[in-house]
Amino acid sequence: MTKRFRPDVDAPEWKGGHTPYDIVKEGAIALLVVAILTLLLAIIFGSPDESAITLKSWSNAAPVDFAQDALSQLNGTSETATYGPPYNNASVGQELGPLSLAKWVGATMSFNPAKAFVIDPLKTQPFQTALSGALKKWSDASSITRHTWVTNYTNGAAHMTWRNGAIVVKASDSGPVPVFINDLTDMARTGALDAVLTHQGDFYTTNYTLPLLFLEDGNYLANTATHQHLAGDQWGMMNETGDYPGQAWLWLYTFWYQVPPFNSSGNGDILVWALMMLLTLLLALVPFIPGLRSIPRKVKIYRLIWKEHYRSLESTAVPPIT
Amino acid sequence: MSTEIDRQWTNRLRRRALKLLPPEKLMPDTQPTYVSSWIYVFGVTTMAALAVVIASGCLLALRGPQWWHTSSVGLFVNSLHLWSVEIFFFAMVIHLWGKYFMAAWRGGRALTWITGVVTFVTSVATAFTGYLSQTNFDSQWISTQAKDGINATGGGAYWNVLNTGQMLMWHIVLLPIAVVALVALHVLLVRVKGVVPPFEEPVKVGADR
Repeated sequence: MTKRFRPDVDAPEWKGGHTPYDIVKEGAIALLVVAILTLLLAIIFGSPDESAITLKSWSNAAPVDFAQDALSQLNGTSETATYGPPYNNASVGQELGPLSLAKWVGATMSFNPAKAFVIDPLKTQPFQTALSGALKKWSDASSITRHTWVTNYTNGAAHMTWRNGAIVVKASDSGPVPVFINDLTDMARTGALDAVLTHQGDFYTTNYTLPLLFLEDGNYLANTATHQHLAGDQWGMMNETGDYPGQAWLWLYTFWYQVPPFNSSGNGDILVWALMMLLTLLLALVPFIPGLRSIPRKVKIYRLIWKEHYRSLESTAVPPIT
Repeated sequence: MSTEIDRQWTNRLRRRALKLLPPEKLMPDTQPTYVSSWIYVFGVTTMAALAVVIASGCLLALRGPQWWHTSSVGLFVNSLHLWSVEIFFFAMVIHLWGKYFMAAWRGGRALTWITGVVTFVTSVATAFTGYLSQTNFDSQWISTQAKDGINATGGGAYWNVLNTGQMLMWHIVLLPIAVVALVALHVLLVRVKGVVPPFEEPVKVGADR
């Protein structure tokens, strides 16, 4: 029995002619053309290289924003402190319906932001009477007392200012918190905090998780990115600084972040990822999906591609004898 | 009676490879007449761009990941790397859509199509880790924004986009090996199965006369 021919799955056997084809020459010419084109584009347009923001440059440019970030680590309201997995268990993370993927994997990089971003860096500072006293006071205090100090300082921090080289907050009964915030800001302004957060006691390092999380928790990074048209609602991370094409191939991924429900849902990231994984799977499995695999035959764009072939068939066909 | 040499794994593998892909199929000197369109150029262009991407990446690697920030020569090599990547994706996307509209999976070529799509996705990951490895403002911004999506899947627990060293190693070792291997497999499959023939259509007699 002859198997039924399925036009979207089977291909006719080619019984037509062949033409000479020099595959090595084709490859060599393609390589040469691409190399020259690359060279021309590189000479004409170059490439962007905006220097990284350091904790030093940030705290000197926007000391209040830096200090607010430090305070948010201390009072546990920063994005990192409330993030959930993989940094802590403060929340369950994003959920896809009944699937709590982040929670199931857990907090594999667990750390205490108040300790990691504020207290531990201050402990690395050379001896200073006020700071050493403040750290001892903090260490000796109960968690309730610490909470009271931080809350009192946070209440006054809505009107935080930078005056005469110091962070000024009108707050009473704040214990050592004002010393912590000021000394950490001073430490950052000298560049010492960059080294401490990056190296974390090691000589060599390639892991920037802590300084990047701390930097992201402030407003300075996001404000700079928005100024460069890189915010999430400005087609975000597919772009790069300057007028360069960036990762244009991420356009569909980035597109979902511009429209509801993805741009308003608390689970927007996992929704976008799930959708993109589904679409990628569909693309990979097109040959097996009825309907999708029939589109090329029905829209007939292939007639443009094989224009010569069909023209040749039509011109050589023998008309029926009448 | 088969000799000991005939039974060798080496001999069997060679016979099987030659049967599957004889030299005249691996490096053909003719092609079917229907392979006559500009769209066919984009496959080989993608491979040529990949070669330039790898070559410029190797040049960048010679002096280390931060050389290009302090040297005008390094910055130029970085520009070569950037623009070859742009050409690579431009050609690859056109190649992909061209193959879609040819329904190039027909005739037992589904695996060729799938390896093409997987190569595209792997290339996206490779380019993405490149942006994370730039050690500049773009890296800071892209990594801090991207972490939320990957963390939401649970993958961030093991694949930490804020760990520049991890991303750099993926960018210059693991993912390029994967892309090159996938491209090699894809091309071998194209050579084994040949280029997909056109759809059959009823011929309009004398239409072009």
